[in-house]
Amino acid sequence: MERNLMKGNEALAEAAIRAGCKCFFGYPITPQTEISAYLAKRFKQAGGVFLQAESEIAAINMVLGAASTGVRAMTSSSSPGISLKSEGISYIAGSDLPCVIINVQRGGPGLGGIQPSQADYWQATRALGHGDFHLLVYAPCSVQEMVDTVTKAFDMADKFRMPAMILADGLLGQMMEPVSFPEPKTDFPEKPWAANGHGNKREHNIINSLFLQPDVLEKSVKDRFERYEEIKANHAEAELYMTEDADIVLTAYGATARVAKSAVNMAREQGIKAGLIRPITLWPFPVKQINEGSKNAKSILCVEMSMGQMIDDVKLAINCSKPVEFFGRTGGVIPTPAEVLEEIKKYTNGGAK
Amino acid sequence: MAVVFEKPKSLADVTLHYCPGCTHGIIHRLVCEVIDEMGIEGDTIGVCPVGCSVMAYDYFTCDMIEAAHGRAPAVATGVKRTNPDKYVFTYQGDGDLAAIGTAETVHAATRGENIVVIFVNNTTYGMTGGQMAPTTLPGQVTQTTPYGRDPKLMGYPVRVCEMLATLSGTALAQRVAVNSVPHIREAKKAIRKAFENQRDKKGFSIVEVLSTCPTNWGMSPVDALKRLEDEMIPYYPLGVFKDTNAFPEKEGE
Amino acid sequence: MTHDILLAGFGGQGILFAGKILAYSGLMDEKEVSWLPSYGPEMRGGTCNCSVCISDAPIGSPLVTEPSILIAMNTPSLEKFVDKVKPGGTIIVDSTMVDAKVERTDVNTYYVPASQLAVDNELAGGANIILLGKLFKETGIVSPETFKKAIEKVVPAKKAALAANNLRAVQLGMDYNG
Repeated sequence: MERNLMKGNEALAEAAIRAGCKCFFGYPITPQTEISAYLAKRFKQAGGVFLQAESEIAAINMVLGAASTGVRAMTSSSSPGISLKSEGISYIAGSDLPCVIINVQRGGPGLGGIQPSQADYWQATRALGHGDFHLLVYAPCSVQEMVDTVTKAFDMADKFRMPAMILADGLLGQMMEPVSFPEPKTDFPEKPWAANGHGNKREHNIINSLFLQPDVLEKSVKDRFERYEEIKANHAEAELYMTEDADIVLTAYGATARVAKSAVNMAREQGIKAGLIRPITLWPFPVKQINEGSKNAKSILCVEMSMGQMIDDVKLAINCSKPVEFFGRTGGVIPTPAEVLEEIKKYTNGGAK
Repeated sequence: MAVVFEKPKSLADVTLHYCPGCTHGIIHRLVCEVIDEMGIEGDTIGVCPVGCSVMAYDYFTCDMIEAAHGRAPAVATGVKRTNPDKYVFTYQGDGDLAAIGTAETVHAATRGENIVVIFVNNTTYGMTGGQMAPTTLPGQVTQTTPYGRDPKLMGYPVRVCEMLATLSGTALAQRVAVNSVPHIREAKKAIRKAFENQRDKKGFSIVEVLSTCPTNWGMSPVDALKRLEDEMIPYYPLGVFKDTNAFPEKEGE
Repeated sequence: MTHDILLAGFGGQGILFAGKILAYSGLMDEKEVSWLPSYGPEMRGGTCNCSVCISDAPIGSPLVTEPSILIAMNTPSLEKFVDKVKPGGTIIVDSTMVDAKVERTDVNTYYVPASQLAVDNELAGGANIILLGKLFKETGIVSPETFKKAIEKVVPAKKAALAANNLRAVQLGMDYNG
């Protein structure tokens, strides 16, 4: 298959078209704006709707409207913009609507910075809006994997009628790597629930998240959580790299996993048995894979571009059964492999027996 | 026996939750009559607001979507852009449309979104128990303006139709009332025109309907209708503020 | 073998384009490649840099902090990155733009008056590619044939004149012996 160099953001946009996305509603924010720019141009030929909304809030609600009619809909933003979208995301989850949301993370809090960051892990996995709900959260680590994730995210969102997020960062969004694209998707699931005009052929469909009776609302939430259980059991993903004999296992996702993998390779060259577990889904969190990959390790080192957010999930995954150390840079600083190697040495006695 | 009067087909045969004397029921009925007369129920998608009409999805028999507070025009935009041949309307109150949803309203209008907005102005937040709305009149007592709305402190009420009439994307901006039979007839004509505008792809159409809230105004239904006539219409004059095709085709096209 | 290349200069000197050609050249040779620009306000007429990795193995961090090759097109960039270059690495300097000399003796430094050469040869904006020519000549990381293929890939066919200019510029760089 032909491989071309493409920026991560543009590759995400092209992948969305291949995945059958028919509309995109967005608002400009660095470092993800290329997604909008690309789709503004490409949808004209590919047959889709691009609309620059007046706000992030409007954009996510346009997604809600389009998704309500059964169309594959997407929006993207970066950290501060995702905060604004959180209201709509909660409504989308509460209305059991599928859609894809891309977060090309930058440093925070507040206006923060525009350089790569992973400080929205808690937001993505814990609190993207009010109420009891989850999103599917994918954390690809290369431009190619981002492309492959878009179709998967749409398919899973449709299957489980819930929003899916691709949690990228400024590094993945801005970098170019060789990439090839899948053939455009042609088979899509039926959506008998869609509010797209009943044509006098069926009862009217209602897309709604309001349930004033507590027992009715409780049931709707519990039903949703039953679906979550199925997802947790069958759809958590992680990559295990040289973990089998590792004394120390690193955990890192997204762009940071690339740095961590380089550090693992450097450590191995120096005789230190290091390995890496790279969660590919952040929700559901790959609990089984974390346990499997760290079973022989003496300690775990969690590396993130934040002050330490995923580390809680790692500790929970192994029930705090061994030390989980942390190394992170934040604010847009990207850790270097050499820095991570120093940390590895700190917890492995420099490889000395 | 000949049937001389019946419920519109697209209005569900259920008990509405509105207070006695509230004019939401009349407005629902007018929208449904238009939908029936145009024969478009199967091709119509309605978007409900947050406010008293939050449960209108149970009353209209076309497909319905419940939006977050103020976001109905954005939701409707998403529906209409991906389903350009369907009819899309929002049904919104004054707090929803003119306070928390002002940005969505103004931008849907200026984009000339080809949708219908039914805007119910009763000068109060009814659902939450009668607080100041963006359309609360100067001097009007509400829960949050216990001494009357003082424009020096709380600003002036928004005249939505006049504001939106300044925007190029607006095709129709008309204010009507439902406090008398002649006014109700006029209101229905305006709603019909708005839906026809959508059919003819003329742009954004808003029909502002002056409505009553006897419960929160602390009035009998009859007194409420009188207040609408005596106090609201002078501040919110009825009439057509804009009536045009926002997207006239260029000559020769 | 991994080449960690950093190209740095002012916005508008074609830093990102040169990086892209370089990355595409690696792709033509079926290597693993990555390209990462500086972005944001930095790009608005200020300093601009671009990380390019070309490797036989999958690329870890695409951010080059310790380049094996530095192309410096202005003085601030040379000052900022000269000490980061790996011992034994290569530095190519546009000596029209940079008066300073590299004092390090553990790196190979080449000075090419690329901006002047571009003007003299009516190749406005071609200094970046002239410097690439010198890089190819001194390191052999990309063959002239590969570079030609990369140019053909990146420059649309309808802009054949542009492609021809780029080929001329790279040859100028390869031939320069200063």
